[in-house]
Amino acid sequence: MKELLVILAPFAGAIAALAWPREGTRRRLLPVVGAAHAVLTGWLLVDPPAAVEGSWIGFDAVSRAVLPAVSLLFLVCSFYGLSYLRLRPERGNRIFVASLCGLLGLLSLSLQAQHLGLLWVSVEAATLSTVPLLHFNRTGRAVEAAWKYLLIGGTGIALSLLGSFCLGYASLVGTGGGDLTFAALGREGAALSRPWVLAAWVLLLVGYGTKMGLAPMHTWKPDAYGEAPGIVGALLAGGMTTAAFVAILRVRQVVDAAGEGLVANRTLLVLGLFSMVVAALFLLGTPDFKRMLAYSSVEHMGILSVGAALGVGGLVASLFHVWSNSITKGALFLSAGNMRRAAGSSRVPEATGMVWLTPVSARVFAVGVFAITACPPFGPFFSELQVVRAASAAGQTGAMFLFLGCLLLAFLGLTRLAFSVLDGRPRRSADASRDRFRETAGILVPPLVFLAASLWLGLATPEWLRGLWDEAARTLTYPG
Amino acid sequence: MSSNLNLLIGIAMGLNLVALASGRLPSLIRAAAMQGVVIGVLPLLMHSEFHWLVAAVSAGTVVVKGFVIPSLLQRALRAAHIDREMEPLIGFIPSLLLGAAASIGAIGFAGALPLRPEHAGVLLVPGAFATVVCGFLLLMGRTKAISQVCGYLLLENGIFLFGLLLIRSTPLIVEAGILLDLTVAVFVIGIIVDRIQREFDTLDTRKLTALRE
Amino acid sequence: MSLFIDTVLRLAGWLLLAPLIPGVINKVKAWVAGRRGPPVFQLYYDLAKLWRKGVVLSHVVSPMHVAGVAVGWVALVGAAMLLPLGEGGLAFRGDAILFVYLLAVARFCTALAALDTGSAFEGMGAAREVSYAVLAEVAVITGLVALAVESGSLSLSTMLTPSPGAGVALLGAGLFIVLLAENCRVPFDDPNTHLELTMVHEVMVLDHSGPPLAAVLHGASLKLLIFSVLLAEAVLPLGAMPAWAAAAALAGAVLAIAIGVGLVESFLARFAFRRVPLLLTTAFLLCLFALLTAWKGSEFGVTESSVAERGAPAAEPFFGWRP
Repeated sequence: MKELLVILAPFAGAIAALAWPREGTRRRLLPVVGAAHAVLTGWLLVDPPAAVEGSWIGFDAVSRAVLPAVSLLFLVCSFYGLSYLRLRPERGNRIFVASLCGLLGLLSLSLQAQHLGLLWVSVEAATLSTVPLLHFNRTGRAVEAAWKYLLIGGTGIALSLLGSFCLGYASLVGTGGGDLTFAALGREGAALSRPWVLAAWVLLLVGYGTKMGLAPMHTWKPDAYGEAPGIVGALLAGGMTTAAFVAILRVRQVVDAAGEGLVANRTLLVLGLFSMVVAALFLLGTPDFKRMLAYSSVEHMGILSVGAALGVGGLVASLFHVWSNSITKGALFLSAGNMRRAAGSSRVPEATGMVWLTPVSARVFAVGVFAITACPPFGPFFSELQVVRAASAAGQTGAMFLFLGCLLLAFLGLTRLAFSVLDGRPRRSADASRDRFRETAGILVPPLVFLAASLWLGLATPEWLRGLWDEAARTLTYPG
Repeated sequence: MSSNLNLLIGIAMGLNLVALASGRLPSLIRAAAMQGVVIGVLPLLMHSEFHWLVAAVSAGTVVVKGFVIPSLLQRALRAAHIDREMEPLIGFIPSLLLGAAASIGAIGFAGALPLRPEHAGVLLVPGAFATVVCGFLLLMGRTKAISQVCGYLLLENGIFLFGLLLIRSTPLIVEAGILLDLTVAVFVIGIIVDRIQREFDTLDTRKLTALRE
Repeated sequence: MSLFIDTVLRLAGWLLLAPLIPGVINKVKAWVAGRRGPPVFQLYYDLAKLWRKGVVLSHVVSPMHVAGVAVGWVALVGAAMLLPLGEGGLAFRGDAILFVYLLAVARFCTALAALDTGSAFEGMGAAREVSYAVLAEVAVITGLVALAVESGSLSLSTMLTPSPGAGVALLGAGLFIVLLAENCRVPFDDPNTHLELTMVHEVMVLDHSGPPLAAVLHGASLKLLIFSVLLAEAVLPLGAMPAWAAAAALAGAVLAIAIGVGLVESFLARFAFRRVPLLLTTAFLLCLFALLTAWKGSEFGVTESSVAERGAPAAEPFFGWRP
């Protein structure tokens, strides 16, 4: 029942937000929900519930390894949201707060879903719940971003439903069973009909890959991340993509069990490297620092995908990277949101000299850029190093060098843009807006916490966390 | 029974092409609605014995896909004073030919996939794939928001067709999921369409090009 | 000897009955519009009048101007003679290909005769005519291939014995659109118009006069009859009926098609030039799907009876196409 509580608590928060009468105090629900979720997740970790055979929802090794990251992300973001919404009194926040809470509940559901259909429903619902978040700003550009997100995301999600059906039919053709829980599908294993499994894999990879933002299905990402508030970007880049990645991992496990693991790994590797190349090339050209974060996110989704293709070692590295990426991205998105508000723009000619306008956020951003481009001693360095080691252990030398080359290109692109944003003289128009924007503790502490967490992940990765990743990676591979 | 089924699926596949060839929004909406009705009737034909759940799915599909959503779209069309002519990105003849090629390809592709004995000789799989591809063509090849929604409807119809293969074996939650998601999706899309209209006084998504690399 | 008499009778039938069809169509249009309209035999009177008149030739035309018309008319008569009417008649393996070629020759010669005048206006008409024809021809050939695949034969007499099923409806619809296009009927061209810029077929024959014009008009009506008969035989299972019933059914079907054309002309406006290719593509696709149902349909039970059940026809391999 505990695993249900962690889903229901955010939903209760969402309902409370919808019913809350006072516009001014509604935002206080966010940290309450975040804290409740974190406490419940901690309780689940300390005292894991017994697995129920055939259950559609379960707190298994995979959710144990990932859900805490999402919970931590939301907790820190919720405190940021508290201060952020105070800065935006002109916008009604009823839908915004409710959608954020609903998103957390749906992400918890999708991470714990043990059933193909339930997984799809939760990811679909999470997609819909983020649409209001994306056009919170109500500008023409925000509307455009939301439209693209809905259209591309909706198409992706439709394809993943088709893929789910194909997988269901593979089981029906193979053994006549209609049990769509992952455990049952894995048990059927080689009895599944191979052609249908392959069709399902392609569709599900494209479908959930769209949600994850793998190239070439990533086109919604720069628009959505560029126009959404920083807190939404952080939650999308750290939470939504994680849920989609876990969905792909679970499907990969079934495909592996059906005996097509080689094909699955190869497609993941190719798609991952392609995403990294595309992202690295776009990073070299974009003039917008929020869109830059989006391309960086595409690149890191590529890293996750490459890691997932490299066996147990790679999976451990991927799960590590889920943590280090989402937490470092949190710091980047939140500080970038501050800079964006101070400068009134996120494009280079308009937004320069951020070190003078927002000294602390700019410094957090600079450190975050180094962290995300895998400079030691932050988390991403160690997780990416682990991916590289897994690649060399798996004998994928070519992939390894391509991987490193993309990282180098991305480093060049990110630092180039970051320093042209931070350096230089502030524009006059931005100067004028300094009176309106003041860096308060409420919007500075959350990104700093993220940065500290990233450092902590890198310097002193807790053993219990490593244990969780190892266990999850072992359950995600088919023994044999 | 199987030939009646195939006739209806064939009509649905024909309606794909009608949708691809129609140059005006009302006829596109009408084609999507007719397809919704046609595929909504299918579950009743698939099962010889009457089952209330199947009947409910069928009735729900016909009502939602055939009437509710098209009337919502038509209302949007009227309310927003949208120009009814479509300017396609992919021309009508190329998209028609592509759609026909997709239908033929789907039949060939479906032949390569193993089927359960009771589904052999039924056009469900090729019909589903063809409808999905035609939906994609509409999504990509048309500029107006409403025509993109119609493309999405076709996509959903194709997936529904495929879902009929599983209607007996898996609980109907998957089916219910579609209807739910469809209504919600179009609902949300409708709101956004409304917003786009207010922001831009047009429903031409080509004008949504501020965000470009 | 009986073969000779048979051939002469067929020829006479085709030649004499052909001008009736435009008369029927015009009568239907007049009825729908609430007019009395010209008599059904109006085209006969016109032909007789034209036959008595002299020929006016431009100074710049070559003999091709008249020869083209003559060759075209003969080609159409030849095509008509290839269509099976009951037992006997001209039938050989591959006559379907000759049939398509004869139709093409007729059009080619008409267009050539028009170009021969050197007038830009007639050239434009010829260009329009052949640009429609390119698309319509593909549809006709696809429809004939569909019939060939379904029957496993390449002779019109065996090909035109359709089996009931969804394919027939598709083929019928496709061939009807082709009929309208090939004979310059309403959604494609208005046979009554004499507004210069909208004419297609009429433009080409503006410079003809006297007997050559009569040949052109008669040839056009013959072509209409050919396509009506082709459509009727492709859709109706005439081979399975007794001879008198088949004849009655054929006559009724041709009449129905003529009435159908009249109704289409009454209720439909002429399409804009840029919409025409879309309609012809539709016709092509209809024939293509008829081909598909003929080829693959038996797997999906769309056609009630497959070739195997009807007994595969005697050795007539068709480019390796075997359903």
